Amino acid sequence: MARLVFLGKLADRAGAAEMAVEPGLLAGILGGLPAALAVAVLDERVRIALNGELIANPESIELTAGDELAFLPPVSGG
Amino acid sequence: MIDVRLLEGVFNPGQFIGQFTTAHPGLGAVCTFVGEVRGEGGVEALELSHYAPLTLPGMESLAARAAERFGLMGILILHRVGELRPGEPIVCVSAIASHRRAAFDAADYVMDHLKSKAWFWKREKRGGVWSWIEPRAQDHADLARWD
Repeated sequence: MARLVFLGKLADRAGAAEMAVEPGLLAGILGGLPAALAVAVLDERVRIALNGELIANPESIELTAGDELAFLPPVSGG
Repeated sequence: MIDVRLLEGVFNPGQFIGQFTTAHPGLGAVCTFVGEVRGEGGVEALELSHYAPLTLPGMESLAARAAERFGLMGILILHRVGELRPGEPIVCVSAIASHRRAAFDAADYVMDHLKSKAWFWKREKRGGVWSWIEPRAQDHADLARWD
């Protein structure tokens, strides 16, 4: 299994801070999420990190077993 | 010396600052900023979440940039995570330099970057209800001062 991590209010949207998913292409994984959650994580202001590294082109991501993909919404201000 | 920590529980800034200052004999200036949780508007609690693989490494990188940019002898950055109550310290930055201007500016620089760039998400509880704190335009304006 691979793992999705939701930060900030995305965790509320997902109903959990983490979710185990079958490995595969990101597009397919997002297709298996509730539509409202998939839309929220695809917001252009949401950054994506694969195994702790921010990535610029998430479209082509393919998760393999043990991967962790984190969705990071804009950070809170002061 | 660069010392950057995430702290899970209530901390006493003075304890850290005293030790950090003692570790830099020959210093000329220490500028320390401590931010506390505001109690205005009926805030009962503030919760900070972070993402371990990015948050501390990002703060360490910020500390290194500040040390380089201002020619610091040392920089201490402490940041709370978890649930905090009004009046508790949430952040402490202490910059040590040979002269005051570098210490003042470095503390200011680090705070502006922590506020708008560090990987923290905050929500506050009022009347028993939690709500997320959104990004603020002012924080980005503060950050732009350093471009």
